[in-house]
Amino acid sequence: MQQLLERSRTDSLSVQLGGDERLARVELRRQIARLERELAELFASAFPRKQIEWDVAPAGGPRILGLAELEQVRDRLAARVADVRAVLSDHAYVEEKNRELLERMIAEPERFKWVRVSNEDIGEPGCSHWHSRPRWGLLGMLAGWWRVKLSSGCPL
Amino acid sequence: MDPEAAPEQGWVAPAVTAEFPGTGIAWVEVEGPSGKSPPAVRRRLREMSDRFHGGHAVHMRERPIPWAYRVFFRQIGLDPDRSRTPVEELALERMKAGGFKSRNHLDDALVIATIETGVALRAFAREQVEGRLGIRVSAPGEELEGRPGELPHGTLVVADERRPLGLLFGATAAGRGVDSRTERILIAAVQVKGVPQIAIEEALWTASVAMGAG
Repeated sequence: MQQLLERSRTDSLSVQLGGDERLARVELRRQIARLERELAELFASAFPRKQIEWDVAPAGGPRILGLAELEQVRDRLAARVADVRAVLSDHAYVEEKNRELLERMIAEPERFKWVRVSNEDIGEPGCSHWHSRPRWGLLGMLAGWWRVKLSSGCPL
Repeated sequence: MDPEAAPEQGWVAPAVTAEFPGTGIAWVEVEGPSGKSPPAVRRRLREMSDRFHGGHAVHMRERPIPWAYRVFFRQIGLDPDRSRTPVEELALERMKAGGFKSRNHLDDALVIATIETGVALRAFAREQVEGRLGIRVSAPGEELEGRPGELPHGTLVVADERRPLGLLFGATAAGRGVDSRTERILIAAVQVKGVPQIAIEEALWTASVAMGAG
């Protein structure tokens, strides 16, 4: 027990935890928790989109971080959340446009010759794609008989 | 080993408790050595592999316990997307390998308990631990066996009553981990704020039962 008491004294001294700053650190940890929740929700909603950066540079640990380091972690997390939101918003815009294109393509395939829209283009999982192609090959191409063919399944 | 026995509760240095209320460590003692897993454990791993899909991995960080560990990692200066939490590390391995691969009895028991509960578990050789397990910050000049140089100022460690046994959510000190000759094994669960006590007990119980399966 004596060893434990000595150790706790060492802890207190070595980390130099100012009591005045403790409330600030508690608040920063609360903000980090909230931002981590937001980032987790964004991660789930982003699937299956790729090429989104999720890393948040760590302060280096495991250790008790000081006020400035916690602020840095909080700020980096907030920046990452904002970045991901912006990227997802851009994705959503492009995907909406691709969905509109797909609808027009299905309605009038002859106006969108050889156009190909994949699940990835509309933000959906899977490997399906829609392809505007002539019916019966060359004959259909010459006669203007176009259709949208749906291909599904991922290559092995 | 009695799977019904209550886990032992470890100590947490006041400086750690003051900064991170809800942090704790508990453990159970099981028999070693850890050889090849018995058929029942390998079968359970296969069944878990069948039940665990990409959707689980994607949504894992939204679940309360994995999320609690992610938050704690951030708060102690780790990025959980680089230094992964134990349950996320296993989930990633599952997705890459196409299943939970059997390695040895102890590792398999830890995988089963971690995936089932989300709780972070690790193991130490009982004969290499002096007294009770705990969590504290490193003292000035302190080293982790098998690692060159002093530990950085204020590093959080899992320790016994004499020395650090490993970094909290990091490397284990040389000679303190479990090998094929270890007679008695301590399976320890690290608790952080947001992880209920019942989850800790369930994780340790699940690992004990898996270690007792023959």
